[in-house]
Amino acid sequence: MARQVSTRRKLAFTALAWIVALILFFPILWTILTSFKTEQEAIASPPMIIPSWTIENYIEVQIRSDYFRHFFNSVWISVGSTLIALLIAIPSAWAMAFTPTPRTKDVLMWMLSTKMMPAVGVLVPMYLIFRDTGALDTVWGLTIVLTLINLPIVIWMLYTYFREIPVDILEAARMDGAILWKELVYVLVPMAVPGIASTLLLNVILAWNEAFWTINLTASKAAPLTAFISSFSSPQGLFWAKLSAASTLAIAPILVLGWLSQKQLVRGLTFGAVK
Amino acid sequence: MATRESRTLARIMMAPSVIVLLIWMIVPLVLTLWFSFQNYNLLNPITSFAGLLNYQFFVTDPAFLQSIGNTLLLVGGVLLITVVGGILLALLLDQPIFGQGIVRILVISPFFIMPPVAALIWKNMLMHPGYGIFARIAETFGFQPVDWFAQFPLFSIILIVAWQWLPFATLILLTALQSLSEEQKEAAEMDGANALRRFIYIVLPHLARAITVVILIQTIFLLGIFAEVLVTTNGGPGYNSTNLAFLVYRTALLSFDVGGASAGGVIAVILANIVAIFLMRAVGRNLDA
Repeated sequence: MARQVSTRRKLAFTALAWIVALILFFPILWTILTSFKTEQEAIASPPMIIPSWTIENYIEVQIRSDYFRHFFNSVWISVGSTLIALLIAIPSAWAMAFTPTPRTKDVLMWMLSTKMMPAVGVLVPMYLIFRDTGALDTVWGLTIVLTLINLPIVIWMLYTYFREIPVDILEAARMDGAILWKELVYVLVPMAVPGIASTLLLNVILAWNEAFWTINLTASKAAPLTAFISSFSSPQGLFWAKLSAASTLAIAPILVLGWLSQKQLVRGLTFGAVK
Repeated sequence: MATRESRTLARIMMAPSVIVLLIWMIVPLVLTLWFSFQNYNLLNPITSFAGLLNYQFFVTDPAFLQSIGNTLLLVGGVLLITVVGGILLALLLDQPIFGQGIVRILVISPFFIMPPVAALIWKNMLMHPGYGIFARIAETFGFQPVDWFAQFPLFSIILIVAWQWLPFATLILLTALQSLSEEQKEAAEMDGANALRRFIYIVLPHLARAITVVILIQTIFLLGIFAEVLVTTNGGPGYNSTNLAFLVYRTALLSFDVGGASAGGVIAVILANIVAIFLMRAVGRNLDA
């Protein structure tokens, strides 16, 4: 029996929830609005709410600092590291989900434990290794590091998805005389794709926003958006509108991906502990 | 049934991930340990064995104790705000409201903002003592604007980081809340339990596990907070907002003291491991279920 909820109560909760939500979202909204203001409007008193919708800042940011190079560095690094991680993780998670041994659990826990290592704990050797191998300030170098730091999460997410694929269906297919590759193509892949897709999505988000290694292991050439935006920390003159434009472009794609993946988020970030 | 053949196949399939992670786990950590016992400065080509000297210098540096204190305050402050706020917000979002989908999207958005952007938005457009929104609001009501990063540097960073992590806590607690059965709540209601008692005796115990997970996972990430400190206060004024991660970074890449930074790194690893043990237990228990 559903509980009767009075409309008045619902309206009160609605108002409260919207107020809280808008307060939390305000900094983001304000950044987007400011990005379309002139620098004078950005610091006007009292604050201007409706901008003059200039796109000058976006053009300026591109001309002054080759913005799209940093943008595409972010794309290559986040997508590249995710794809490589998937390539390594899929067979591994597959094997653990479908041919578990008594040691599978220990292996999984050990993999997760590598994620607990604080980055500063290995900053020094990583920096020196990168310096000596010429990986410093390169896209490929960062791609490798981000692959490594996200690999445990990728394996775990895939494992929790794969584990939910019923094994019986495989046996049924085998009884029908399906050979191995047919089993894979027609039975398993379609069932595994949604899990792989959400793993990919979440991992691209994590890699895009990673702000320790990307800042410490790049200078200018391979700097992704995290490192580029950090360079705005000691600005000169009027720059808020330009900072907002650079920030808006940096967060927009990931906000959209995040909204799309919100259902899988909980599961991925808690290693399947909360579903 | 797993045959011997399929087991061999499984091993081969797992090999790349195990090997890669094994190298990633062992090589840098061993190097850190090794460096931590060396007199090694990037500006000085001669290295020598230092024994425990690096640890002694790092630990007796006044900045060390301050950074440990700051790290604990940072982690504790953010946890307090996000867990309490997250529970309240999750309870609110669990109510029937109009436009639930949009509210949910607005609430989780801060989590997707990359740390440098989040920190710079707050630093410049909200907390700036001259032009920031907070200063404008203060002026409107006739108060003196606060110079946040000069007067309350650590608290300012706590606010920013809490803003980023509140959505995470909310989302996870909301998910846990939604798995609470309607019948149980109704039964308690019929027994005459009021809202507060229902919360304490039914909702909170149900959330206990999710709260544990939130605390532990956030702690792992919060121990390593770096970009927010770098772009807002750069650890200052003095060492007032320097946490352990930032101190190690400063020792390594600004003073070029490889040995000292490595000693700090080892200490950070030990600290994180203490937390990790608890997290692994909580997650591991779920595997059996």
